[in-house]
Amino acid sequence: MQADVAMEEWGVVLGVAAGAVRGSIPYLFVSLGECLTEKSGKINLGMEGVLLMGAMTAFAVSDQSGSPWLGLLAAAIVGAMLGAVHAGLTRFPKVNDVAAGIAMILFGSGLAFFFGKQFVAPMAPQLPLIDLGSWSASPAIHSALRISPLFFCGIALGFALHFVFQRTRWGLRVRAAGDDPLAARSIGIPVDRIRMTATVAGAGLAAVGGAHMTLYFPGIWSEGISGGQGLMAVALVIFARWNPLRCVAAALLFGGAQALGPSLQAAGQAGYYHLFNASPYVLTLALMALTCSRHGGVSGAPGALGRNG
Amino acid sequence: MRSYAAARTMEGLLIPMGALTAGVIVFGLFCAVLGSNPFGVFYSIYRAAFSDWYSWQNTLTRAAPLLLCALCTALPARAGLIIIGNEGAMVIGAVGAVSAGLLAPDASHVPSLLLMAGAGMICGGLWICIAAALHYYRGVNSVISSLLLNYIAIALLNHLIEGPMRDPSSLNNPGTRPIADVQHLGLIPGSRIHDGLLFGVLACLFAWFLLSRTTFGFAAKVAGGNVRAAQLGGLGIGRILLILSFLGGACAGLAGMVEVAAVQGRANASVNAGYGYVGILVAFLARQNPAGVVIISLLLGGMMASGGMLQRAHNLPDAAVLVLQGILFLFILWSETLYGRWAERSLRAG
Repeated sequence: MQADVAMEEWGVVLGVAAGAVRGSIPYLFVSLGECLTEKSGKINLGMEGVLLMGAMTAFAVSDQSGSPWLGLLAAAIVGAMLGAVHAGLTRFPKVNDVAAGIAMILFGSGLAFFFGKQFVAPMAPQLPLIDLGSWSASPAIHSALRISPLFFCGIALGFALHFVFQRTRWGLRVRAAGDDPLAARSIGIPVDRIRMTATVAGAGLAAVGGAHMTLYFPGIWSEGISGGQGLMAVALVIFARWNPLRCVAAALLFGGAQALGPSLQAAGQAGYYHLFNASPYVLTLALMALTCSRHGGVSGAPGALGRNG
Repeated sequence: MRSYAAARTMEGLLIPMGALTAGVIVFGLFCAVLGSNPFGVFYSIYRAAFSDWYSWQNTLTRAAPLLLCALCTALPARAGLIIIGNEGAMVIGAVGAVSAGLLAPDASHVPSLLLMAGAGMICGGLWICIAAALHYYRGVNSVISSLLLNYIAIALLNHLIEGPMRDPSSLNNPGTRPIADVQHLGLIPGSRIHDGLLFGVLACLFAWFLLSRTTFGFAAKVAGGNVRAAQLGGLGIGRILLILSFLGGACAGLAGMVEVAAVQGRANASVNAGYGYVGILVAFLARQNPAGVVIISLLLGGMMASGGMLQRAHNLPDAAVLVLQGILFLFILWSETLYGRWAERSLRAG
């Protein structure tokens, strides 16, 4: 009897860990993409639309061509195109980043739902998984350790992005464009072009995160698939104070918080399922309230974030 | 100088019209590429939304919550605060209204409606005040905080209707117990449109009066234009932000009460039907102007009413309406860059 209880608790822990790995992948890619965009001084609130478009495109292309990798590529391209629309529009001084982002959410999710209606195929070909649990006899551990390669790509990407910002010429230019575009222009940095590149690349990365949602178990496309993760990524970047390494940690944390609800439900604690699902949002709000300050906003924010000029 | 003013007026009319036309043309091309006749699609939208009394009633019924939800963005925007928590405030308003209705089951028609509307408005208003207070006291970005509040509100609704407030007899579609028949909102005489439309129009009138004809509205405009100048002028920025946010949230909360008392008869998952998000679009298209909100709400209410018709007549997914909304929004935003060009030219010429 006691062993059963212990087993159940262990199951919850394992479920949360596996869920954290699985659930953090979209967050990883979207937040790193958003981090890149925001470092250049632009806010892309339209990541929600990018995520949905990425998920739908990956599903459709993978289903039609039979190759999940082709689906991944197509998703990244479509995401980059949406990023280009956003960057092209917010280039103008009078266009507010936030308003453009909301428009892009409507446009992106509209397109995704529009074209996604016809893809009722139950499952598209999925990305192969990396099996790290073959040493264990327990099926629970085994299934928890079958990890998508995108997880490792995402973590590597976090470190790569950190290196780019700290150690490369282009990274310095991105940061200059985000901190003080006027000063950057005065020494000949092409601010608009850098922001365009950063937004396009960021949206492309986010779409890969979307692709993971349909190219991983259960691998189905549905309209509620993203559940606002694209928007939460924006909050997550603030929480991570625009640092790619902290983005990785935050993505894992959010993935874990998200996994808590279903795991508790599986363990028979169903009463607070929805409230646990809301825990990442409450967490973000609380952390933002704690880390922001009344004068001067959040420390670590790019100086010209969201301001045009 | 007169030609400058005239040019400004002309810009105010021509630029939105031009942007809408351009958006409609692009959506037409989109339909044409996908093999639907664009003229047929637009005719269907017109027929489903504005052709006869029946379709007008559909449009007006959908415009009612849009009017109220749009004010949730438009009112705080006057003081420079961008709030997109409309959906959450509407949901919380619905929860508040249904709780008030269920707690006072024996009240007669008018008092119970007043009670429910009051509860919904207070809940919605305080909900948006959270975002405003976080912005003012802690410097938290109001866009993100109000967005997060949406998800928290929806989770709270789902928790309540599946847990503590669940009606045991609602099996497949969980919801609260229904409110009594006398607590239902009436219809406008001679139509199928519920009184929520009146609430919406009155709220827009009130908002217009408050923003354009009172000292408070002027103070809000100053605070929205230049915070430093407003502070130097001795205006209480925090008070302005909180009052406008409360009023905006109260409008969205009222929309939630209308959804409960006129449409669903209880609080269930359908309360969260996306009116809040379209309301943001309405507010931005109307350039945060309450008078504009009335016109744009009719237009978008009509578009929402035509989704089913597009599906039946053209075999287009109902998300086509969403695509059209997105395209229009993008073009309207782009058109913002055009303001001032002709007017300044006329200034230089004069």
